[in-house]
Amino acid sequence: MKKRQINLGRGFVIAVPTLWLLLFFLIPFLVILKISFAEPRIAIPPYSPLWETVNGAIKFNINWENYAYMWEDSLYLKAFLNSLKIAFFSTILALLVGYPMAYYIARSPEPKRSILLLLIVLPFWTSFLLRVYAWIGILKTKGILNEFLLWIGIIDEPLIMMQTDFAVYVAIVYTYLPFMILPLYANLVKLDGRLLEASTDLGASKIATFFRITLPLSWPGVLAGSMLVFVPVIGEFVIPTLMGGPDSLMIGKQLWTEFFSNRDWPVASAVAMVMLVIMVIPIMALRSAQNKGAEI
Amino acid sequence: MNKPDIAAETKPWRQDGVKPFVRISNVTKKFGDLAAVNDVSLDIFKGELFCLLGGSGCGKSTLLRMLAGFETPTSGKIEIDGQDMASVAANQRPTNMMFQSYALFPHMSVEKNVIYGLLREGVAKAEANDRVADMLRLVKLDGFAKRKPHQLSGGQQQRVALARSLIKQPKLLLLDEPLGALDKKLREETQFELIKIQEDLGVTFIVVTHDQEEAMTLSTRIGVMDAGKIEQVGEPRQIYETPNSKYVADFIGSVNVFDASVEIAAPDMMRVQSAIGPILTEPMAGLTANQTVHIAVRPERIHLSRDPAKAVNSMQGVVQEVAYLGNISVFHVLLDGGRMVKVSAANSLHDDNPITWDETVYVSWNAAASTVLTR
Repeated sequence: MKKRQINLGRGFVIAVPTLWLLLFFLIPFLVILKISFAEPRIAIPPYSPLWETVNGAIKFNINWENYAYMWEDSLYLKAFLNSLKIAFFSTILALLVGYPMAYYIARSPEPKRSILLLLIVLPFWTSFLLRVYAWIGILKTKGILNEFLLWIGIIDEPLIMMQTDFAVYVAIVYTYLPFMILPLYANLVKLDGRLLEASTDLGASKIATFFRITLPLSWPGVLAGSMLVFVPVIGEFVIPTLMGGPDSLMIGKQLWTEFFSNRDWPVASAVAMVMLVIMVIPIMALRSAQNKGAEI
Repeated sequence: MNKPDIAAETKPWRQDGVKPFVRISNVTKKFGDLAAVNDVSLDIFKGELFCLLGGSGCGKSTLLRMLAGFETPTSGKIEIDGQDMASVAANQRPTNMMFQSYALFPHMSVEKNVIYGLLREGVAKAEANDRVADMLRLVKLDGFAKRKPHQLSGGQQQRVALARSLIKQPKLLLLDEPLGALDKKLREETQFELIKIQEDLGVTFIVVTHDQEEAMTLSTRIGVMDAGKIEQVGEPRQIYETPNSKYVADFIGSVNVFDASVEIAAPDMMRVQSAIGPILTEPMAGLTANQTVHIAVRPERIHLSRDPAKAVNSMQGVVQEVAYLGNISVFHVLLDGGRMVKVSAANSLHDDNPITWDETVYVSWNAAASTVLTR
């Protein structure tokens, strides 16, 4: 009797998230998958059905055109490659900026540490969109940064920063930095200080200690932080739209254009499917790396 | 192979004019207002196995960390082999440390852990590999070279830590609770292994421990610390037989301490008054009548009998507790004055009628059996 109650309780606890995922992830995924194999139509909905009943027999209309089209029009390949490039370099930049910050916070004494952590998550209290607009205010031709540089006399005419890849990198690294810092911090704070002392004691310099002890031991944190930056940046759409130029092509932006400007739902769905696969690959690689790490 | 001179045999601290290998002069370390180490001066000689013994928070680890260079003394001077250590960074010192619970690098194999120090020093890979192989043989870990630390038992990890700290042939090895994480049986075995390695290599060892038994077994000399100060330095026997304070007597082994006041302090006789009545002790110079002293008597120095004894100090009491420990038995005897006394006696095979619970007995000891402590 009691055991049955426990099982019921456990079933309920598991059922809620399972249902949630089914309803809001798996079903929309299947819908998109279906649309990606349809033909565009000027109708509501703007695509052909996947199957029809003709004289009582079910007829499937599977259309590979959308995937083929993506391959033929180099725009999509370019957008994918550019997204990967931007995601890659943003991740490297976020790592280079975030690692020292995470290290510093993890090595700080307790009251200071909590304050620094709070400062890291503080930007989340403001809407992401507002923060991007704040950056536009800083970087635009008559923005705060240009005015300041003109005033102190470093430059004679304003720098063009908006609508460039530079602006996109600045905003992306800024936005995703906490996602790099938090997992790194969680890892570095566990690092046993005596290991660093042992390394010093055995004659290692500070630099040797960092590269041979600290960095290898924080590798899981580096991987987790990098994934949390890399994967969402691939699909990033707001930042390249608002801050990027016409040539800062990113697949997230392309996807949006395809759905809402061109109203070509089937091609947009195909783009979404390919994007999903590209995002899943690094996650799978990470998982297998982590499993290997657990074995050692 | 010529064995290096063993300090345990030559006892350099008993001779005049021998230059100490480690000289700690008036060293103080303050954390905020708190002096973790308070004006400590200590000389340690080459080839010694010196134990710093004390309870937690007594400053023994801080002193060790200052020798390693992880902490800087607030004031005072540390010299190792005649060289002032003030300007020598931790990674440049002729010392190595074996850490409490070992601090082995978890991502490196046994071999990589041990070779680490040699490679940082710039020793050629081939030579370093040979030295690692020799060292692993010395600590009986050949065959475990490729294992990761978490695949080893506690005793094996302890030996990896020892190998790693010895590989650079330091002049001075600092060991922080080296056997603390081992179970009792393994600890006893390892103690003797540690002494053997120390004597073979002739390295000076400074060991920090809170375990008095460990300190007694290992050391050439012991420095007992309390509240940032060195209470007493001496050979294990000295510390045990002639402690210089109530704290040391109490810390090392089991002891009965009676607070007393001096009654007669003559050159040929001394008598004190205590809660258990008058006690006769060996005369001690420098005491005056009515001075407060502590009389310390080790349980094994007290004789237990059913009949009144002839010894100068003899009291009647009732056995409250008997603990049989195999080689000895420990008795708790409640004296008529209401004071409990611990007595230990060797167990004899032929004793058919041992003293037991609730028996009325006499406890007695000679004047020479007790130690008079002034603090």
